[in-house]
Amino acid sequence: MRIVVDLNRCQGYAQCVFLAHEVFRLSGEEALGYEPNPDEARRLQVQRAVAACPVQAIVIDRLDGAERSVTS
Amino acid sequence: MTMAATLTELVRDFKANGRIVIVGASLAGLRAAEALREEGFSGSLTIIGDEPYEPYDRPPLSKQVLKGWVPVDHTLLPRLRALDAQWRLGVAATGLDRASRQVRLANGEQVPYDRLLIATGTRARQWPNPTEAALEGVYTLRSRDDAARLQQALAARPSRVLVIGAGFIGSEAASVCRELDIPVTVAERGSAPLVGALGGVIGEIAAQMQRDHGVDLRCGVGVLSLEGDVSGHVRRAQLSDQTTIEADVVLASLGSIRNVEWLEGSGLAAGFWGVGCDAGGRAFDINGVATDTVYVAGDVARAPHVLYEYQFLAMEHWDNAVLGAEVTAHNMLNLEPDYYPHLLLPGFWSAQFGVNIKSVGVPPFGDEIVFTQGSVKKRRFAAAYGRRGRIVAAVTFNHGKWLEYYARLIEQSAPFPPPPPGWDRPDDMKPMPAEFPEPGVPTAAPDVVLTGHDPSERRAEFRPRGR
Repeated sequence: MRIVVDLNRCQGYAQCVFLAHEVFRLSGEEALGYEPNPDEARRLQVQRAVAACPVQAIVIDRLDGAERSVTS
Repeated sequence: MTMAATLTELVRDFKANGRIVIVGASLAGLRAAEALREEGFSGSLTIIGDEPYEPYDRPPLSKQVLKGWVPVDHTLLPRLRALDAQWRLGVAATGLDRASRQVRLANGEQVPYDRLLIATGTRARQWPNPTEAALEGVYTLRSRDDAARLQQALAARPSRVLVIGAGFIGSEAASVCRELDIPVTVAERGSAPLVGALGGVIGEIAAQMQRDHGVDLRCGVGVLSLEGDVSGHVRRAQLSDQTTIEADVVLASLGSIRNVEWLEGSGLAAGFWGVGCDAGGRAFDINGVATDTVYVAGDVARAPHVLYEYQFLAMEHWDNAVLGAEVTAHNMLNLEPDYYPHLLLPGFWSAQFGVNIKSVGVPPFGDEIVFTQGSVKKRRFAAAYGRRGRIVAAVTFNHGKWLEYYARLIEQSAPFPPPPPGWDRPDDMKPMPAEFPEPGVPTAAPDVVLTGHDPSERRAEFRPRGR
């Protein structure tokens, strides 16, 4: 699955880190790092993190794999 | 049919049957494509990108990817909706003919459009000596491939990394080196790291942070040359202070170059600072007249900004790509008076040495700075930038929750020094010179640049090549 965090919006509340610590990490007090394409098995955790973010900074892919296929 | 009805019909017909081509398949190009569909465009949509990859996110490259936590192919951007687009990936656009409304591709193909979005962004400035730049172990950091190569080089535990240029990319890379316990030297021509973007007062704090983390930081020095061994691998660098650095990995983080070469001869206001456009993304032609068919978004755009005396701003920022793309996409499908303005207050973040640096506004527009909250010693503070008695920007170190407060003040052109937030005040709240380098003093170019008032002021860029 694919996610992106709007780090302009992120204020380091770290709710995501508590809910999905394999996907989100804090470096120091406030700087958020994350795995942008986490394993599908983490989907529920990530969805909880998305819902819990106080500033709604986490954007999750709204398509499944088939719809986003790239044709040249 | 009345005039208004004709125009309505025109818009409706374009939304149904028009042809839109987006050149640039990164963040701005993707989000613009999604916004076009969201706004009801059901005509033909083509996205052209010179890299062979689906749109990916760049900020992780100099952080979690370089550190080895996230694989480089895990940076693909999430999709907000289905696109039904023709993707032309791995083939660069090489020319634009506005008369026949066609984009020329590197493979010789011509792609016709009714409306065109230019979102070609920037590329890394290479080490200027091509022979030295070709040495094995010399890297830049902008693309996915750049990050993959540099990450592998760091994973091989080099004896020392030399970072040339202490802007954000160079500083973040140096931070990763220290996290990986790799010795690193940073050589910066300016007086301090980040000095172009945040000024000398903040630069000094950034310098201290680097030194506290074991970076061998050398400011006010240039790198004169890189030397390789017999097998063509870089081994050392000669600095302008007569010293030599032994390093087997060199990162040239010298800022970016805007991808405008393909627009030569197109008659657009394209030059060193990007493509001039109005605040709605409509490209200016070389005379400063807005076009009706060509639009610009993302890093390559430069547009007048109402908050900054209508000076042209070029912003290499993530949210500028996202919001600029959305506004421009809307305007591509509408007519006056339904245009949206792109009135973004610039903002960025950088994670380095365990500190989250965030900023709003345009710090180099200011000439004074005042610490307003927190403690510099604890690397946890906010500071505001002012010019002529009003606040124009702010920066926080591990104090991002307060940034919104300053953003509102900047949007209202509040006085400088700003009203104290009434909490966590530092002892000394006296404004002081922000110490930005004079224009023309060599340093890493900041990510947001004031580029003057005239969209075609870089006239030298428009001279036809000798033919």
